[in-house]
Amino acid sequence: MSEYIIKNGHVFDPVQGIKGDKKDISIKDGKIVDKVGSGAKVIDASGKTVMAGAVEIHAHIAGPKVNLGRIYRPEDKLFSCTPTKGMERMGGGASIPTTFKTGYEYAKMGYTTAMEAAMPPMFSRHVHEEIRDTPIIDEGAFPVFGNNWFVLEYLKNQEIENTAAYIAWMLRVTKGYAVKVVNPGGTEAWAWGLNCLTVNDPVPYFDITPAEIVSGLIDANEYLGLPHSMHIHPNNLGNPGCYETTLDTLKLAEGKKAKNKFGRDSVMHLTHSQFHSYKGTNWGDFESGAKEVTDYVNKNKNITIDTGNVTLDETTTMTADGPFEHHLTGLNHLKWANCDVELETAAGVVPYIYSPSISVCAIQWAIGLEIPLMMKDPMRCYITTDHPNAGPFTRYPRVIKWLMSKKARDTQINAFKHKDKVLSQTSIGSLDKELSLYELAQMTRAGPAKTLGLGAMCGGLKPGMDADVAVYNFNPDKPVADPDDIEKAFSRCAAVFKSGVQVVSNGEIIATGHKRTLWVNAKVNDNPQVIRDINEKFIKYYSMTQANYEALGHHFVPNPFALEVDATTQV
Amino acid sequence: MAKDITLNLISGRTIQQGVAIEGGKEKPLYRTACGIIELDTSDFKKLGVWKNSNVKVTSDYGSVIVKAIETTQGPHPGVGFIPMGPWANSVVNPDTYSTGMPTFKGTPVKVEVAMNEPILLGIELVQKQCGVKSA
Amino acid sequence: MTKTITDVICPFCGTLCDDVEVVVSDDGKKLLEVANACVIGTEKFLHSQAADRVTRPRMHQEDGTWKEVSYDDAVEYTAQMLAKAKKPLMYGWSSTNCEAQSVGNEIAEISRACCDNTAAVCHGTTLIAVQDIGLPTCTLGEVKNRADRVIFWGCNPAHAHPRHMSRYSIFPRGFFTGKGQMSRKLIVVDPRVTDTAKMADVHLQLEQGKDYELLNALRVAFKGEWLPDVVAGIPAEKIREAADMMKSGRFGIIFFGMGVTQSLSKNHNIDEAIAVTKDLNEYTKFSIMPMRGHYNVTGSGEVFAWQFGFPYSVDLTRGFARYNPGDTSSIDLLTRGEVDAMFTIGSDPGAHFPISAVKPIANMPSVCIDPHLTPTSGVSKLHVPVAFNGVETGGNCYRMDNVPIDCRKVVEPPEGMLTDEQFLIKVRDRLKQLKGAA
Repeated sequence: MSEYIIKNGHVFDPVQGIKGDKKDISIKDGKIVDKVGSGAKVIDASGKTVMAGAVEIHAHIAGPKVNLGRIYRPEDKLFSCTPTKGMERMGGGASIPTTFKTGYEYAKMGYTTAMEAAMPPMFSRHVHEEIRDTPIIDEGAFPVFGNNWFVLEYLKNQEIENTAAYIAWMLRVTKGYAVKVVNPGGTEAWAWGLNCLTVNDPVPYFDITPAEIVSGLIDANEYLGLPHSMHIHPNNLGNPGCYETTLDTLKLAEGKKAKNKFGRDSVMHLTHSQFHSYKGTNWGDFESGAKEVTDYVNKNKNITIDTGNVTLDETTTMTADGPFEHHLTGLNHLKWANCDVELETAAGVVPYIYSPSISVCAIQWAIGLEIPLMMKDPMRCYITTDHPNAGPFTRYPRVIKWLMSKKARDTQINAFKHKDKVLSQTSIGSLDKELSLYELAQMTRAGPAKTLGLGAMCGGLKPGMDADVAVYNFNPDKPVADPDDIEKAFSRCAAVFKSGVQVVSNGEIIATGHKRTLWVNAKVNDNPQVIRDINEKFIKYYSMTQANYEALGHHFVPNPFALEVDATTQV
Repeated sequence: MAKDITLNLISGRTIQQGVAIEGGKEKPLYRTACGIIELDTSDFKKLGVWKNSNVKVTSDYGSVIVKAIETTQGPHPGVGFIPMGPWANSVVNPDTYSTGMPTFKGTPVKVEVAMNEPILLGIELVQKQCGVKSA
Repeated sequence: MTKTITDVICPFCGTLCDDVEVVVSDDGKKLLEVANACVIGTEKFLHSQAADRVTRPRMHQEDGTWKEVSYDDAVEYTAQMLAKAKKPLMYGWSSTNCEAQSVGNEIAEISRACCDNTAAVCHGTTLIAVQDIGLPTCTLGEVKNRADRVIFWGCNPAHAHPRHMSRYSIFPRGFFTGKGQMSRKLIVVDPRVTDTAKMADVHLQLEQGKDYELLNALRVAFKGEWLPDVVAGIPAEKIREAADMMKSGRFGIIFFGMGVTQSLSKNHNIDEAIAVTKDLNEYTKFSIMPMRGHYNVTGSGEVFAWQFGFPYSVDLTRGFARYNPGDTSSIDLLTRGEVDAMFTIGSDPGAHFPISAVKPIANMPSVCIDPHLTPTSGVSKLHVPVAFNGVETGGNCYRMDNVPIDCRKVVEPPEGMLTDEQFLIKVRDRLKQLKGAA
């Protein structure tokens, strides 16, 4: 069955500017088309909301630190196991679901594309094995560059072309998608137990600052013209007063212009901005810096952000910001895992309980909602939970409920033990805005797809685009009786299509399709120096051979989809 | 004059054990590598037996005949070492104490002379104890 | 004529050396020489060519002889066995690749089996400790490039991981360790004067089984508090000397092995060793790493974890995954008589389980998938030899520091022999038919 018609639904598509009109969406041979024949299978979407499949721009769902979290938290599987059922493999894990469960849960909520936020390059095979075992959704993975010895040495000498050649090599051998930067410089310092907490703290031995690293990587990214912008988790995450480091980081994008053939307008993507928007000097006077950060981003249109919403759950934090995780275990005394990766990066894992009874957690929750409510351009602000750091991705429907209903927010605020502090330290109480479905579609589909450079392929319902479609049991014409109905509607789709295959029907998985691994193949001019530097470092410093590092056979990436970039015409 | 000594038995890897298992556990080299107990010189004296004699090692869990050789990684008075394998596993403490892991290191054993008793080959030793016929 | 294949990965231990060179005949059928591997790895490659190799499945007969059967017969026996069993145990997995492990997981899910890997007799207690306290660790290249304090606790790499010290931990000249061995101080903790201990700057020859006390004493020594005169047979001054040596380094690593995972305190030993590492991070940078035994036991743990949520001792009998070492672990399942069918692959429980756990295997339907003749194959009803993984077929494996390396095929397997993965796929497909699954 390759022809479908989704009839009579209320369509929300920012790519075509459709704001809820009743329209039919036609699918044929994997694509959205203008019309189909009378033999097409009919999906009745009357009284329902129809959007393109959602695009997850940042989640930790595949790779060594994700699996370390699974291994060391057997308790995460208590009460969250799903048995083998029909075509669904068994699954488990509340904050770190197993790979099969991850794919099914995303699909059931209408997500059709997801990006693994941080891939340690040496472990790319592991990341791709897990991606391969995550059904239905297309995925890509971002290799990390902000603490990489090659990058630190090239950028110290301001060698942008060499940095670009190295990035191109790395994307090719790891089948990576974008330039990810985590705690620039600080994670290399962490290999000696140190950190970089401001953009000007020099990295031990390499003697380069985070500012130089970030600026250089933006330049290298635009030199190549990659589909996505440089994607950054700035220094000083999670500390009261960190908003200043965030602003210092954002300012590095000033004057820089996006150069690419994929429709991307931005040069910097600030991720999980909630964690980077804290004012105050300690946990006592801790307050929201959401206004300062959103004011800046509102004015500077070459920056995009995602939220990193706290969902008030027990969850597991995991990040390449190794020193932060050590700091966190010092605060909550929960079990700490860490892995430093030679020449490249590190990772840390610590469980965390965002308790509504703790004023800091409640303020974090509020900041995560202030940000999207204060951002003026929904095409530049995307909804995430930095899964699983601020909460599991399975809570997206709850986040949507809070954003679409002031009543739901107030209910939660009134339930906080330290309600007064939440109201005094943030502006959440005075924000009346309720997200419309159109804005929701911008923040979860069209916006992230565009910034990832996938705007021509997905995130919208324009004929020619991939037939990734989600149908929700939510009637925009009916007033919402109970905000919890919003959460329920967005938890389980009436129907989901991925590349023209119906994968979900009435909230159940009916097919798994042929997921793709998205990666970027960037061609650069021959660069003998970079090749020689790579050869040398493998011989001298890596613990595996270059030939074995580069071996990424077909069985790891069974269905690759390469975005081609030609950077050879650069002067 | 029958004498026996009590030792603390541990088991573990040796290079010879590694080479032998890759060469084939049905072969005599496996018995040469693993059908042995390494004794400290002082324990040999206590037992009153010539080096390279066959001895019987007995624990609460079973017994096995192995060759007593002088330790190559000593001194370790009071500790006996049988390389990992079916000879050691005939006598080690199988109790996991609810951890899933048997107590391969630290089983009290009695060692006595058994000069005329044969040391079985690896697969044969296990088949015999399991009552499996081997043609 | 011959050809030399470089960057070959040795499929023996968790060191997973990937700089081996193998010389093969031009037609790719004969393996002639091996260079750079240790003596054990060399034997593994060369023995795969042994003339007396069993190349077809065989069933044990009543009279003790073996009768050759076809692979199809073997598939049928295995699938029927798993379909009929109430609580089959699928054990091993550590000497095969991740692709085969993944198919094995499908089989386990369909047949509702218990599945387990050799961590059960190796670093299972480490996993329990990690689940209690966490794990500060690193990759082996970090040790090579930064470590100036190396501790081998309850392990003997000179015998069990022969090239570990030359490739990663003692001898290499790394980026910040240009003086090689002279950049590092080595502490060995072992009740015997092992060949590794003979190289140490400090050898703490403790009383066997008293590792927990000594680890705990180190934590006290770090804080400069009172200690008894002797702990675990080691005088207090020596303990303080070791503590100071650790604190004064700028990057330290504790490698540990069976001396602490298998002695009486088991997971508590590892818990305390990890606590020592955590404490040291208050003063300097320290990491800890288990010396994994089989070359892909780590991989089995990773694949179990991302597919089922737990690294070993996984019980799928109720249709969803449960984990409870001591209850769902192989040796306990076998000694309690709960298993009614035994499926062994990529391991040798017959040789490496206590004999009381091996006896039940001999009394139930059983399959042993192994290119070698072993005590396990000797007590199983069906022995299915397969191609040597890492020699005659490639596939992904995970090193002791969790780094994935794709093993290579260097020679063809003997005519008509299947790989683990190929055999398992046939079993899975037949099992699906028997169970009427989609």
